[in-house]
Amino acid sequence: MEDVLRDLYQEVILDHGKHPRNHRHPAAANHEARGYNPLCGDQVTVYLQTDDAGRIADCAFEGRGCAISIASASLMTELLTGKTEAEAGRLFEDFHRLCTEADFTLAQAAAEDRDALERLQVLSGVRAFPARVKCATLAWHAMTAALKGGGETTTE
Amino acid sequence: MTTHGLATTAPLSGDNSTLAFDVARVRRDFPILNQHVHGKPLVYLDSGASAQKPTAVLEAMDDVYRTGYANVHRGAYYFSQHLTDRYEGVRTKVARFLNAGSDQEIVFTRNVTEAINLVAQSFGERLRQGDEVIISEMEHHANIVPWQLLRDRRGITLKVVPIAEDGSFRLDAYESMLSPRTKLVALTHVSNVLGTVTPMKEIIRLAHKAGVPVLVDGAQAVVHGKVDVRDLDADFYAFTGHKLYGPTAIGVLYGKAELLKDMPPFMGGGDMIRSVSFAKTTYADPPHRFEAGTPPIVEAIGLGAAIDYVNAIGMDAIAAHEAGLLAYATERLRQVEGLTIVGTAKEKASIVSFVLDGIHPHDIGTIVDREGVAIRVGHHCAQPLMERFGLPATARASLGLYNTPQEIDVLAQALEKVKDIFG
Repeated sequence: MEDVLRDLYQEVILDHGKHPRNHRHPAAANHEARGYNPLCGDQVTVYLQTDDAGRIADCAFEGRGCAISIASASLMTELLTGKTEAEAGRLFEDFHRLCTEADFTLAQAAAEDRDALERLQVLSGVRAFPARVKCATLAWHAMTAALKGGGETTTE
Repeated sequence: MTTHGLATTAPLSGDNSTLAFDVARVRRDFPILNQHVHGKPLVYLDSGASAQKPTAVLEAMDDVYRTGYANVHRGAYYFSQHLTDRYEGVRTKVARFLNAGSDQEIVFTRNVTEAINLVAQSFGERLRQGDEVIISEMEHHANIVPWQLLRDRRGITLKVVPIAEDGSFRLDAYESMLSPRTKLVALTHVSNVLGTVTPMKEIIRLAHKAGVPVLVDGAQAVVHGKVDVRDLDADFYAFTGHKLYGPTAIGVLYGKAELLKDMPPFMGGGDMIRSVSFAKTTYADPPHRFEAGTPPIVEAIGLGAAIDYVNAIGMDAIAAHEAGLLAYATERLRQVEGLTIVGTAKEKASIVSFVLDGIHPHDIGTIVDREGVAIRVGHHCAQPLMERFGLPATARASLGLYNTPQEIDVLAQALEKVKDIFG
């Protein structure tokens, strides 16, 4: 197999793509938003439960899409617990750079994000496939929209 | 001519090269087919989205810009008059291509989308609250959204003909939907996703029995076989240049003269008027009434060259070649374990949509691209149809006159790689 494809479809991605974690609709969710990629019809709905202090107590999603978008959503739900809206937003910013900037290294990321980014590094293979960056960020856009008040967001 | 109004020929074998149709020779006419993608020869299986262009089209367009360009319908000077003659000559060529009754029945548009919007706005003007327009579940968004806009403006009702599990058109359901309230039927001739050829001649006969005119979306049909609008008795028939091996931004609306003559203008501007004053403006006769502003002149010349090109090969020879390819692709792809073809109607054009167990089409598209194979993945601008089949998306190989059985093999091998990666 070509290296770029191996980088894109790493074991972790295939695993999360086939067996997404937190693929459910939590009854206690107090934020939700739908993310939609009009290019391919992929859609995910992200559910968040925040506590009184504004920290994310639970994060889950439902939806259908390609291996990249589902794996990214799955990994995201595992990484957001305990974060505030601002912290979740900052992690998305760093993750977006990881997906788009060829010379981006963990050293450039906010110190608090490095552990999470280390796990997200499996998605950095999308750099070689600009058309797939939207797949990797779909759930993240929905997460941001959910925290900002919900509704629907598209990758356009 | 069949009841489908699209003359396709029975498949012979995978390789249908004959003296009349030499695919190797045809391929030499398309310079882009020599390109490599990611180090692999390009295997272009996306002609349904847009077809590649033969040298004859590229040269015809280049030649106009280099040696004879001017605006049309305006100048008293040689270049303008000469190019106006050539531009109007393409109208004649299109009329013959569709076997229209006269040049005046051929309106140039930007694409099929614009042609359908033209009818929805102009013909749609006479529709009232409670009037019905019939479409089907397998329409492209271009033949759904203009009618929804009309619904919002005029309060009409949209009726949607369901399709059968194999993707064929349900004539019985359609017939029961025709009523005195029906004012227009707008249906595709060939589904861009399923490849289904709809029984258009029968559809039109039934509509006319109920006194209803029919608009046909022929975007995917004119490229795969001979279309005769008078044999079909179609009232409106739309197609686009770029899927017929011609340039983008030039489409055609055929409309029966007696319908076009009573239709109000679609857009206002230059070229579509007889005389203009601030008190009163009068409009040109069809087809110019519907062609406001400087038209896509050079694109029209390109379309003319494309029509000459396919006519020289022969639409029947193209249909026979593609019928062979479709049979081969269907058989070959069925050998790929876990692959399901979506759309298995008896009457099909050379379009094959498919899904792979547990693997999203977007991932398929990315991986086969690395093997040089260009296919379309996604909802194909037909989301209601995807919904009908409970699929978020499909992968689609759409085959044109330059494709070969060997290219189908490359696709099939690339699909095995997809399965390897996904284990």
